[in-house]
Amino acid sequence: MAGQPVSVARAPRAVSAQAARVLHVRKVRRADLAPVIAIDAVVTGVEKRAYWQGVYRRYGVGRIAERQFLVAELDGRVVGFVIGEVRDWEFGSPACGWVFAIDVDPAARLGGIGSRLLEAISARFRAAGVTKLRTMLARDNTVILSFFRSQGMMAGPLVSLEMDIAPAAEPRR
Amino acid sequence: MKLQKNTSLALFSVLEFAGAPLRHVPAAEIADKYGVSPHHLAKVLAVLARAGVVESVRGVGGGYRFAGNARRLTLLDIVEMFEELGPMEPVASRESPVERALDTVLGEIDANARATLGSITLATMLRLVERQQSASSPTPASARRRRAA
Repeated sequence: MAGQPVSVARAPRAVSAQAARVLHVRKVRRADLAPVIAIDAVVTGVEKRAYWQGVYRRYGVGRIAERQFLVAELDGRVVGFVIGEVRDWEFGSPACGWVFAIDVDPAARLGGIGSRLLEAISARFRAAGVTKLRTMLARDNTVILSFFRSQGMMAGPLVSLEMDIAPAAEPRR
Repeated sequence: MKLQKNTSLALFSVLEFAGAPLRHVPAAEIADKYGVSPHHLAKVLAVLARAGVVESVRGVGGGYRFAGNARRLTLLDIVEMFEELGPMEPVASRESPVERALDTVLGEIDANARATLGSITLATMLRLVERQQSASSPTPASARRRRAA
């Protein structure tokens, strides 16, 4: 369950160390922002400090069951995070949990940490009364797309569309 | 979406091998299961063997076995050994606006097909097969009711 420390076997590639390590998924704290920003910067190549501070204020503060910002701590070090919220009647759909960010430090991947984060946020959404989990991501993001597929996610009933908005015409004089 | 016969046969075969990685599966067993000639299947398996996805085991109890990485190999990897899924981007050089517009729509379909097939590894696919199996097998309770009736 989310919040309970569990022992995890190391990834097959890192078997040499053999010892079981302690993984703990818990609610984010302000002190976790630095490692979260660092993981995101490593993965995306862009440091977005102001953005993450805003996300923390919206999802990390208080105890709103519908907003979740969780981190994975491996041997006391933050190595991953997941963020999501319950959205009601968006696009005409009954309430469901949306995951809009999940990432694991590349050095700590292939050890089941992403799965534990997704399980933890799913459990919290379930406790908030929803039974459906959704996400959206770029179709060329094969790493994360494959991760969600490996967790059992399939294409949902929503289709994402977009268009360019032409610049406004000059007003006539 | 309809795949060519060889592509479908390759996917069936690879999933059979990857589902039992320690077993040497005789080609005749797969040919029989999917209703194709062993000669036809042999051509498909030769392509998979050349790509290192399967390897043949000779002698008594011989057959084929899985030689790839099920957590890395995707359905798209297998499909592209047998057929082209279409251009990744619409062909911009078309003369007619109708052709260009149609290319745009068909390109959207191709891009989604590639993303779907490219995101599903054989390991994920095997879990999906398991779920289908448990969904179609009777639950203990319903089995009991059936026996009682």
